[in-house]
Amino acid sequence: MLAKRIIPCLDVRDGKVVKGVNFEGIKEVGDPVECAYEYNLQGADEIVFYDITASHEGRGVMLDVVRNAAKKVFVPLTVGGGIKTVEDIRETLRAGADKVSVNSQAVQNPQLIKDGADIFGCQCICVGVDAKKVADNKWTVYINGGRIDMHIDLIDWVKKCEQLGAGEICLNSIDTDGVRGGFDLPMLKAVCSAVKIPVIASGGAGKLGDFAEAFLETDCSAALAASLFHFKELTVQQVKEDCRSKGIIVR
Amino acid sequence: MVAIVDYGAGNIFSVKNALDYLGYENKLTDKKEDLEKAQAIILPGVGAFPWAMNMLKLSGLVDTIKEQAQIKPFLGICLGMQLLFEKGYEFEECSGLGLIPGYVDKIIEPDLVIPHMGWNKLVYNHDCPLFNGLTDNEYVYFVHSYKAFCDDENLYAYCEYGGRVPALVSDGKYIYGAQFHPEKSGKTGLKILENFVKLAEEVR
Repeated sequence: MLAKRIIPCLDVRDGKVVKGVNFEGIKEVGDPVECAYEYNLQGADEIVFYDITASHEGRGVMLDVVRNAAKKVFVPLTVGGGIKTVEDIRETLRAGADKVSVNSQAVQNPQLIKDGADIFGCQCICVGVDAKKVADNKWTVYINGGRIDMHIDLIDWVKKCEQLGAGEICLNSIDTDGVRGGFDLPMLKAVCSAVKIPVIASGGAGKLGDFAEAFLETDCSAALAASLFHFKELTVQQVKEDCRSKGIIVR
Repeated sequence: MVAIVDYGAGNIFSVKNALDYLGYENKLTDKKEDLEKAQAIILPGVGAFPWAMNMLKLSGLVDTIKEQAQIKPFLGICLGMQLLFEKGYEFEECSGLGLIPGYVDKIIEPDLVIPHMGWNKLVYNHDCPLFNGLTDNEYVYFVHSYKAFCDDENLYAYCEYGGRVPALVSDGKYIYGAQFHPEKSGKTGLKILENFVKLAEEVR
């Protein structure tokens, strides 16, 4: 049996960890390599670097972050944000990432999922999906950090991602993101029953019990959080102990 | 020095990073002399069996590997572990290095996700120096769609994923193969790598 994974996510801009993704009021909270190392010590099962830099120069800085993190963090590393082409995927993997996460670019160019999976293997292609509820049990897919509604049905999209060769889906609920009231369980359940590939729950973790709740109530394989871990409100270790005490298999 | 075989098919940098972090002298190499001089050899590998085997042949190292693996600690990782067996059936039948009896074929588990990807628990089957210092509750990181089919005597640890998935195999002498990625398995993986390199010190 595979252990359920706890994944801290680091938002990185110009080589620094920042918080406040909506671009206003961004504050720097540290060095990404140091933060990743700390999460590694806490028992993180994987670490996600999410590049919110828009510029081309920023990509080079991000690759340096990955290169340096790979020298002292020995768990899988995922890089998301700004990956547009097969060449971007290649560069990111060569820098030491184990997986890439593609989001808006995959919606606009689904072939990127297929090409990436064919060349590098489906295990390194994670598709990040931002979605928002439109009616009961119905959600649509958004791009550009939740700003643009693509009017694509979420369930149709995740099935298509799976067909194209995605290795996993990182499902972020715009409705619960930042609310800190727990993961979006109805959305997670719907996606987990639509695809066989692993689903990572994202958006909404606000307290210790939220992680175990997602694992007990849905078939998700992993749960991701950023600010909760950034601001040291919880450690990965505490989350795992809570899960373990509720009978969930964690590393 | 630990030689990391660089034959164009691998996650060689993460293996190198892990050995650097542990403070062991190592060298990425495709040279026969380096394998002969090394105290231990690591064969990494990512990709498809026939393609990697072909890359290894093109590197001209097959005979050296077969010979050196009999006289010094040798560790195959992931596809590098699969290449240790006699045959692989990924896309087509293909001969492997034949250092451990058995073959490699697709994992068939209709109810489970393939690739087998993530952290899974090691179940020990025989004692092995690579397990020194590990507890009964160790998880390691796997990413693969094919698995080894081998005799119980060569199966040192496995994990449960539907059926048994061989995790660590050995010929009982110098040759080891890890289906998981020790270089991505946190402190458990680093401990296994450290145990492996220490074998080389004992041999000397």
